[in-house]
Amino acid sequence: MQSRRHFLAGAAAVGAIGLAPALSGCASTARNAASKGKVVIVGAGYGGSTAAKYIREWSNNTISVTVVEPGDAFISCPVSNLVIAGAKTLHDITVSYDALRERHGVNWVQSTVESIDPAKRSVKLANGDTLQYDKLVLSPGIELMFDTVKGLKAANEQGKILQSMKAGPETLALRRQLEAMPDGGVFAISVPPAPYRCPPGPYERASLVAAYFKQHKPKSKVLIFDANDKVQSKEPLFKKAWAEQYQGMVEYIPDHKVVGVNTARMELEFEVNDPVKADVINVIPMQRAGVIAQRTGLANMNARWCAVDYLTFESAVHQGIHVLGDSIQISPLMPKSGHMANQHAKVAAAAIVSMLYDQPVNPHPVVMNTCYSMVNFKQAIHVATVHQYDETQKTFLTVPGSGGISAGITETEGVYADAWAHNIWRDSLS
Amino acid sequence: MSRSLLLIPALCCAAMATQAAPPALPAAQSLAATCFNCHGPHGVSTTAIPSLAGRPAASIVSLMTEYKSGQRPGTIMPQIAKGYTDTQIQLIAEYFAQQHP
Repeated sequence: MQSRRHFLAGAAAVGAIGLAPALSGCASTARNAASKGKVVIVGAGYGGSTAAKYIREWSNNTISVTVVEPGDAFISCPVSNLVIAGAKTLHDITVSYDALRERHGVNWVQSTVESIDPAKRSVKLANGDTLQYDKLVLSPGIELMFDTVKGLKAANEQGKILQSMKAGPETLALRRQLEAMPDGGVFAISVPPAPYRCPPGPYERASLVAAYFKQHKPKSKVLIFDANDKVQSKEPLFKKAWAEQYQGMVEYIPDHKVVGVNTARMELEFEVNDPVKADVINVIPMQRAGVIAQRTGLANMNARWCAVDYLTFESAVHQGIHVLGDSIQISPLMPKSGHMANQHAKVAAAAIVSMLYDQPVNPHPVVMNTCYSMVNFKQAIHVATVHQYDETQKTFLTVPGSGGISAGITETEGVYADAWAHNIWRDSLS
Repeated sequence: MSRSLLLIPALCCAAMATQAAPPALPAAQSLAATCFNCHGPHGVSTTAIPSLAGRPAASIVSLMTEYKSGQRPGTIMPQIAKGYTDTQIQLIAEYFAQQHP
């Protein structure tokens, strides 16, 4: 039923608008004729959406792709800190899945995966259906390890202490807590030990909350408690912003690992230091590969991350299953980011098309990362890296002399940050 | 008018039905795809970041070479250009030159 409805929607678009949609409708029509193999993709974030699009495009629509995704629409984690700070709405960072379905002919199931049988190459869904695959792509994001911080799970369930690490309802809930906080209050954010999703994310969030306070609650404070010994991304630039733009408001405290929370007293508890009170607390706990990756036995690195063959992103544990995005064991200096998940997806998509056509996979893949962080509502900073595959070490290595961070904090890069978001959303989803 | 419009999807789908297996995926396509995130799919940008689609290959090679050598200033491109070999830059440039702007 699902696919028929989308087929009809595609057909209607052909009649309604003309040439460009006519080509789109065609992709829909080709869907069921696809015969070269079946790919099932679990999760339609930056990784899964991009993989779906490019497996269809690069196979000339000859490979059938079915996405299993619980959400109604794509909501971007990048840029969501601007929603928390009140400068953008959730609508601004939400993108429809319609183009993947109608323009690219991707089959769609709005559900979650219960279990995977790697031997039978089948996926059992929460809605009771079973899907067979020739290739399975898992891009399930992260699971927050609530049990690493005492009291955090209950605090989250009560809505008192949030994480907002998956853009959506918690993004808005954290926004409401900040709006309700009186002027002169304290916002405390904690950074887990690396690696975690989006290395600059917590520092950008602290900066943007400070930008909001500066305009609306100037007597308030922002405390950043970092389990690491230093800022994990764009360090000199964030420190420059805090010193020059938020002096007396933002305080950065390294080597402070949160081990517990007390909601009755609204306190953060640390491994070594005394507890600290705050009005709004945002604890970001340690993370590991998404639940379905763990359940399938793919998280073979420290029981947290999934080792993959970087030429194909195929799991080191089970053949036929490719893992993308934040769930993987990263290569040196590779961030867990939406941009990188999109790049993983393109390497995997090309490899999957080649493998299903019994052709050799590209032996020299390249991935690169660009990440902009806003330090206020207009100015941004970036970090960029380029990673070439190294045949001897069988991993991606950054190219010596390449990459780096911004020379300074500028409005020009603020414009590029917004441009980046809109272009990557088009690249991944339309 | 409406008749010719109706023909378009029919022709397109006929073409697709007889479409052969894709050729071995070109290396240039995978390399250029690393640029799509910022410069838009196939190098077609709808934002302040410049489009690359349809630009002459020589002009892209020349820009990238200048970024790589440090002759040309920029916010991020000097750092990114240094990550690609000259051969890769040539392939990327040829790919974008062939795309419709």
